Amino acid sequence: MLHIVNKSATERSSLDSCLRMATKGSAVLLIEDAVYAATNGNTAAAKIQAAAADLKIYALGPDLAARGMAGRVLDGVNVVDYGGFVDLVAEHSNCQSWL
Amino acid sequence: MSDMDEMDDGSGIVKKFMFLNRKAPHGTVYALEGLEVVLITAAFDQDVSMVFTDDGVFQLMKGIDSKGIEVKDFSKTYRALEGYDIEKLYVDQASMDARGLTEDDLIVDVTVLSVDEMANLMAEQDVVISF
Repeated sequence: MLHIVNKSATERSSLDSCLRMATKGSAVLLIEDAVYAATNGNTAAAKIQAAAADLKIYALGPDLAARGMAGRVLDGVNVVDYGGFVDLVAEHSNCQSWL
Repeated sequence: MSDMDEMDDGSGIVKKFMFLNRKAPHGTVYALEGLEVVLITAAFDQDVSMVFTDDGVFQLMKGIDSKGIEVKDFSKTYRALEGYDIEKLYVDQASMDARGLTEDDLIVDVTVLSVDEMANLMAEQDVVISF
């Protein structure tokens, strides 16, 4: 399954809810304000790094760039563009957006 | 005529306004709207403090490139605030720490305040407007 999170982990609990429900081998794509969680120094970074052991973590590049965060992405997080976003949706049989 | 006099009397009052920014840019419209309201307030010669806490500190990030998401990059506008005599910009130390940010990461010069200092600044305002 592909999980999509779009809210900041330092403002909402969406990421926590997602990581609690995501099963091993699933993909988590961070978009919009959720991309901050995948950056160095953020309090949510440890959660992302712990989750990366069992899940594939992706972050949307244009959203990172728009927030001045392109150079601060955590190791182990895969940055994708809009084409990559489409590929992820196509590759997975189902997806869940944690609004 | 008496109405005009009353209006003139009122125009001289200067209040302390705090604009409290707590949201990241782009994900919601709050940051951009807050910035526009601050610029309007500047025209009324009030005592304006602009405060950034929680995800609001992200508004001041250097190196923003929003072409890829096709929205306006308003981060440069924070640099123009000085030209509107809005020079009191404050950020919350704890919010910066929780996001791995330092003053060097920010597009404008700010005063970094502790929680206690921020609380005192808020308490002394006549008006607090939150975005």
